[in-house]
Amino acid sequence: MQLITCPWCGPREEIEFSYGGQAGVAYPEHPASLTDEQWAHFVFFRDNPKGPFAERWSHNAGCRRWFTAVRDTRTYRFLSSPTSNPELTS
Amino acid sequence: MADEMADRTLTPTHPLADRRRLLAAVADETAGAVRLELEAPVAAVDLRLDPRGTGPAAIAADLGAELPSEPDTWTAHPTGTALRLGPDEWLLTSTAARPEDWEFHLDEVAVAHGGMAVDVSAQRTSLRVRGAARELLSFGCALDLRPAAFPRGRCAQTLLGQSGVLLAAGLDGDVDDLQILVRPSFAAYVADLLVDAAAELVPQPA
Ligand SMILES: [Zn+2]
Repeated sequence: MQLITCPWCGPREEIEFSYGGQAGVAYPEHPASLTDEQWAHFVFFRDNPKGPFAERWSHNAGCRRWFTAVRDTRTYRFLSSPTSNPELTS
Repeated sequence: MADEMADRTLTPTHPLADRRRLLAAVADETAGAVRLELEAPVAAVDLRLDPRGTGPAAIAADLGAELPSEPDTWTAHPTGTALRLGPDEWLLTSTAARPEDWEFHLDEVAVAHGGMAVDVSAQRTSLRVRGAARELLSFGCALDLRPAAFPRGRCAQTLLGQSGVLLAAGLDGDVDDLQILVRPSFAAYVADLLVDAAAELVPQPA
């Protein structure tokens, strides 16, 4: 089993984590003004690159914090040392 | 808690009370290599504070001891322990405080510094493993629990078998031991897992 490095807890087994999808998807500034199509793009449409992909991960079984990590979708290898959520108190 | 309200006080039962004998038998079966003990319920408060603010110092002054500053470490205070669960989260335990009063009091201190405190006394129950604790837990835990990697003063939230647990090392000081804090509903599973694993430590006839 591969180890994922939590910015707080350090390297832990993959089963302690859950996947949170693409990182950096901003919530629309004015959700009410979006067309249905624009809303669908925000809710459902994600990049699907072959290669490095910035993702959100949650350390469920440990510190329960979210962080962003870059993973290569071809090899499943984590490329960056993850950075923690800047919103510490969220 | 000997007060005039004693007749109305509910006495908490340990969720593993019915396994007490099973756990105690492990010491005999392993010829004293490992001992499993239930711990009396303690008051526990979950504390959320900005670590960069003035909150941690205020709580430390109130507790009479510093909060742990390093990730995944615990410190002792006069009536219990403080375990660091995350960047902005601590678990405080006390054998002396009344849970409701302690929550109220700590929350007053924390709120003044933008934080909060919540009573979580019923959230976890506690088992203590003495003797070959690290070897026993290694049968169901992926963490490196050797003393060099997980020395006295360390704690960690992780998985033991399929159950989430909070481990703390060396609460006794001189004797090597591990404390396992686990959700009451998972406690029986963890206890059975440990009793099962202890079979590996039963001395074999030569
Ligand atoms: Zn973590």
